Parts: sequence; structure tokens; C-alpha cells
Amino acid sequence: MTTTEPPSSPHAAHSIVIEAATKRFTLRHARSIREISIRALRRRPLSDTFNAVDGVDLTVDTGSTVALLGLNGSGKSTLLKLISGVMTPDSGRVRVRGRVAGLIDVGAGLHPELTGRENVYLNGAILGMGKEEIERKFDAIVDFAETEAFLDTPVKFYSAGMFMRLGFSIAVHTEPDVFLIDEVMAVGDPLFRRKCRQKLMELRHGGLTMVIVAHDLPLLRDLCRRGIVLSEGRVVFDGPMEQAADLLLEQRRNRQLRTAGSRLAAQPTQPTTST
Amino acid sequence: MTAGTAPPAPPGLRDPGRGGGAAGLARRRYLLRLLVRRELRARYQGSLLGLGWSYVRPAVGFTVYFLAVGVFLRMNESIEDFAVFLFSGMVLINFFTDTLHAATRAVRGNAPLIRKIYLPRELFPVASALVSAVHFVPGLVILTCGAVISGWHPSPAALGAALLGFAIVAVLGMALGLLCSAYNVFYRDFEQVVDVLGIVFTWSVPMIYPWTLVRDTLPGWALELYLANPLAIAVSLFQRCFWSPGTAGDFEFPPGIVRDGLIALVLAGALLAVAARVFDRKQTRFAEEL
Repeated sequence: MTTTEPPSSPHAAHSIVIEAATKRFTLRHARSIREISIRALRRRPLSDTFNAVDGVDLTVDTGSTVALLGLNGSGKSTLLKLISGVMTPDSGRVRVRGRVAGLIDVGAGLHPELTGRENVYLNGAILGMGKEEIERKFDAIVDFAETEAFLDTPVKFYSAGMFMRLGFSIAVHTEPDVFLIDEVMAVGDPLFRRKCRQKLMELRHGGLTMVIVAHDLPLLRDLCRRGIVLSEGRVVFDGPMEQAADLLLEQRRNRQLRTAGSRLAAQPTQPTTST
Repeated sequence: MTAGTAPPAPPGLRDPGRGGGAAGLARRRYLLRLLVRRELRARYQGSLLGLGWSYVRPAVGFTVYFLAVGVFLRMNESIEDFAVFLFSGMVLINFFTDTLHAATRAVRGNAPLIRKIYLPRELFPVASALVSAVHFVPGLVILTCGAVISGWHPSPAALGAALLGFAIVAVLGMALGLLCSAYNVFYRDFEQVVDVLGIVFTWSVPMIYPWTLVRDTLPGWALELYLANPLAIAVSLFQRCFWSPGTAGDFEFPPGIVRDGLIALVLAGALLAVAARVFDRKQTRFAEEL
């Protein structure tokens, strides 16, 4: 699966190479034979398709940190899933270099019935670490997560903050080459958030390639120099973070105006006291 | 991937989401071991008996068949050591249905993980099948004890037959399990189909009755068909190992079962290769379908 390439390759300094990637989703309206025949009789479509990611071209330099921005449903998360390999593009190509670890929904790999200790091993192995590597990093993982006292308690008894601390800690200690981060900073207490931020800064200086999806613009401004704005599955902006953030804010305002406008249109007699 | 942290020469570009198959499993064998351990604990989680259920289920099945068929229908009188005869087929068929049942649900059951993190997806049905293999061990131990009590003496030929029978069932179960787990993502009917087939598997093999009854009832071509069932061959092989040595030895097994067994094993292996290919093609759409 690893392809060797000549050093003169145009992508020698890239960790992520995306070429015309398109991901089409099929929304099935009918699953059972009964539903299918009813829909067929009424001549309604059995399914709709839409492109969640539409012809995206993108390269990310090794060691750089990139923010993916966009409104809900713009295709950020799907793009991240294409990079992580969870999904494969319908057309085009996605390639990565080295170990990819995703911090996609922290704690996805944590099993509620297992203890914290067992989860460090299981989740570490899920994220691609071997036994020796996990054993070597075990103390560091637990220290960072601040969950020593609850190591032998099943994770289902953990508080949301503890749960997410453990998940984050395991993920950052996998030392991946490419780190994908999706909406992690939304949870957790402020203190730990600061710690995460520090850790991400540290990783950034360590030469790690990061792609971050978050709605937390101040954080993204701190971490990233390059911002990519997606809209309806297409890249609409790729450049300095500041401008990307401004564009996103503008998109948000436009959408708010649109929804407010349609609400007004729907209820013309309603006074506009809502915020 | 498991090797050290020292940064090696920069790795080449690769397609993420490709890295399954047998090579992928071999690379992630530590994770496979942990998944097996997790599922072993999870399967009877929260039940009072725990792992004891893997003894209770076959024990109840055995008792029911033994009373109904052995005693009431008098199979006891026509088959020497009917208990051993019945149980040697039962452990094998239980292993098969258990493997298929668990593997079929394996991908769906791990949906949250599959949606979020890329892993070689074969890990899940394979881990389930391995868990079923672990649950097969207590039955085998009980079977051996029962066989010894009724005068069993092992021979290389007998053990070879048992090994062949086990291999047929394991390979066939894995192949069908991979196929069903992949298609179950798209059509949940497969869970039901597999459960319904469980009763067919139980009665379509010479486990509760001897194959000679089929020979004496059905026309020749139907018997051929009956004996072409790899599960029927495997059950006969297991009886050849665990039951027949302890009896007077006048029971007539289907002719050429070892040869048929070897053919069945080769065909099951071919099916496994096809199933692995199909699974690999289907798995690219798991994340969006789940």
C-alpha cells in the first residue's frame, strides 16, 4: 500500500494530496419492499443524491496547520473523513503520508464497559499503536488526562469532562504524522481546554501536519495560518486565516439574515422581537 | 506500524482507507487480540451466569434432543452411545451457527467506531468468529470427557478426521460470516435470514438422526445432495472421531467422507477468498450506510 516515489515528485513536501475528490451521498427514502413499491407506484424517486464534497483539489504541506471552515453541511466533516480513510471518494483521489490519527468526535473508540486502563490499551490500539508503544506512553497519557484515580473504574462512570480528557490524551499521544481534529474543543472545562490548546501548539511546532475543523474562531486564528472555506462541498476560499475567518463570519451573517427573512415571510403579522 | 518512534525515512503517499485484507489483519493483530478480549467480556456482560451461559445453552439443547429423540423416539436403541453421537454433531453445529450469528452482526454492532475511525473492517467479523471459537472449547472438553467415559480411545486417523471437520466448519463459517456481515450493512434482513437458517442447519445434518435414515428414505439423487452439504460431511467426520471408536464399530459412515471432506475444505477456502474480495469492495461504503 505504500508507494515509493522519486524524490523529485511534485508532492515530496506534501502530507495530504487531494485531487478532484467527489463524495456523493445517496439518501434513500424507502428501505423495505413495501415502501419501495408504494413510492414506485406514486412515481416518486426512491432516492436522492447530492455531492457532499464536490471536486475538491487540495494539498497540505508537511508540518503545516490548516483550518477547514464552513457553515453546517458545507462538507467539512466529510472531507475530513475522506482524509482519514473512513470514507473513500467516488471519484478523484485522496492520498496521505504516514500515520493518520483522527480526533473525530473524542472518545469514539472508548468502550463504556471497560475501565480507563483497558480503554487506554484498546483505544491506543485502535488509533494504530502497538502494545510496547502504549506501555511506554501509558503514564504520559494518564498524567495528561488527569484520571489516575479512576483508572480501574469503567469509563461509563466517568464525567463528560473526564471522558473527553482521556480520549483527547490518548489521541495526542499516538504521535501521528497527520492529525485530524473535528470539533474537539467544544467540550471540557476551560482549564483543560487551555491545556489542549497548549498541547496542540506544542505539536504544531513539532512538525506535525494538522487539519482542524472547529467553530471556535479565536482558537483557529491562534493555531492556523491557512484557512480553507468550504461551501456546498466546494472550496470557495483558500488563503490566509484572517480572510478565511472574515469570510466565514460573513457567511454566518448572511445565513442569519436569510433565515430571519424567511421567518418574516412566513409570519408577516409577527412582530420581530426575536434576537 | 507498531515499530518504534524514531522518525524513519518519510513514508510514501498512500490511499487512506485501503489497508484491509489478511495483511491488514496481520498488521493489527494486537488490536485484534484486544477486540476479542473485549467481546468475550461483553457477550455475557451483566448476566449472573456470565461465561456459564456458554455451557447452559448447549446443555439445554442437548437435554431436549436427547429426551425427545433419544428416549421418546427411541434413537437410543438403534444408535449405540446416542448421547455422544448427538453431542459430537451438536458442538460443531453450535460453533457454526454461533460464528455466523455473531459475525453477521459484527459490522453493524461496531457502527460508531466504523463511522469515525478507519480500521481494517475485517477485524470485526474476524474477532467475532474468534470469540465463537473460544466458546467452542468448553463444548469440546465436555465432548471429550463424555467420549472417554463411553470407552473412547483416540487414534491419529480419528483426530485427523476431527481436525478436518473443524477446519471445514471454521472456514465456511468465516466465509459466510464475512459475506453476511457486509450485506447486513445494506440490508438488515441478513440477521433474520441467518437466524432462520439456524434451524435448517440443525436438521439438515446427521446429528439428531443417522444418515442411514436418509439413505433408506430418499431417492439416490437426493441422498447425493444431502451428503454434498459440507456441514453434513463435517458432522460425520466429528462422529468418526469422537463417537465411533467407543462403539462396536459396526456403523457405516457415508462412503469416502475423508475425500469429500478435503474437497469441501478446498471449496470452503475458495469461498473464503471470494468473500474476502466482496467484503473489501463493500467496505468502502460502510461508513455512509451505517
